[in-house]
Amino acid sequence: MDENKQYPLKKVCLICAKGSLEDVYAALVMTNGAVMEGIEAKLFFTFFGLDAITKNRMNSLKTGTLGNPAMRMPGGLPFPSLMGVLPGVEAGVSAMMRNQMEKLDIPPVDEFMELITAGGGEIYACKLAMDMFKLTKEDLSKHVSGVLTIGDFYEKCGGLGTQIIFT
Amino acid sequence: MAQKQFSGVTVDVNDEGYFTNSSQWTIDIAKAIAIEEGIQLSDKHIDVLSFIRKSVAGGAALTIRSMGKSGIVDVKEFYGLFPGAPLKKATKIAGVPKPTSCI
Repeated sequence: MDENKQYPLKKVCLICAKGSLEDVYAALVMTNGAVMEGIEAKLFFTFFGLDAITKNRMNSLKTGTLGNPAMRMPGGLPFPSLMGVLPGVEAGVSAMMRNQMEKLDIPPVDEFMELITAGGGEIYACKLAMDMFKLTKEDLSKHVSGVLTIGDFYEKCGGLGTQIIFT
Repeated sequence: MAQKQFSGVTVDVNDEGYFTNSSQWTIDIAKAIAIEEGIQLSDKHIDVLSFIRKSVAGGAALTIRSMGKSGIVDVKEFYGLFPGAPLKKATKIAGVPKPTSCI
């Protein structure tokens, strides 16, 4: 290949293996961002990431309040780890995060997936993780195009100018 | 500052081709930019462009989501009208600055 030639990004394939609010949104923003730029985008959810595409869980994802050193109180004061164990704190913090995102016009998870698929992006579920968590296709959001093995997913990730991102 | 000619009129643009003076825009210029982008403007396109110009003049930050809620197009139609990178293309043709949104 010519070293001086620019090879623009043509396709991004993302793998999201975590189900916390911030991990799922990072994957969604990157996928939608690619679609918006006219870059082909495919997003694969596996392990706890499946929560993001499970109908009765996708719109109530939580952000972890334990073991997160970057967690702050509103106003920037440190967030005492012990507080994170209290009932309702995780739900409250997560509701605040969602609220803040809504203010920035960041949509809820199902609507975000609608934006992605309307622009031609594709969303997939991992077959192995589905079997592990005893989920069926009926449990999944209508925005999921299919249940794939990782091998099937790699097959879709071929071509010059493709990058695979694991979040 | 760079300048560019569209249908005989010279307009001020930045190095990416976005208008730096939105008031220099006319429908004829929009048609000429659209052809450069490979788009033949229909009435629907023009409705979308007017919505974009009005929103930007009102200080709104455009997103794909806000376009879907415009009442003029849904998100799928928006991608259909301006294939590829719809928000970037539509704002360029509408003679407004490139949007800085990630959504």
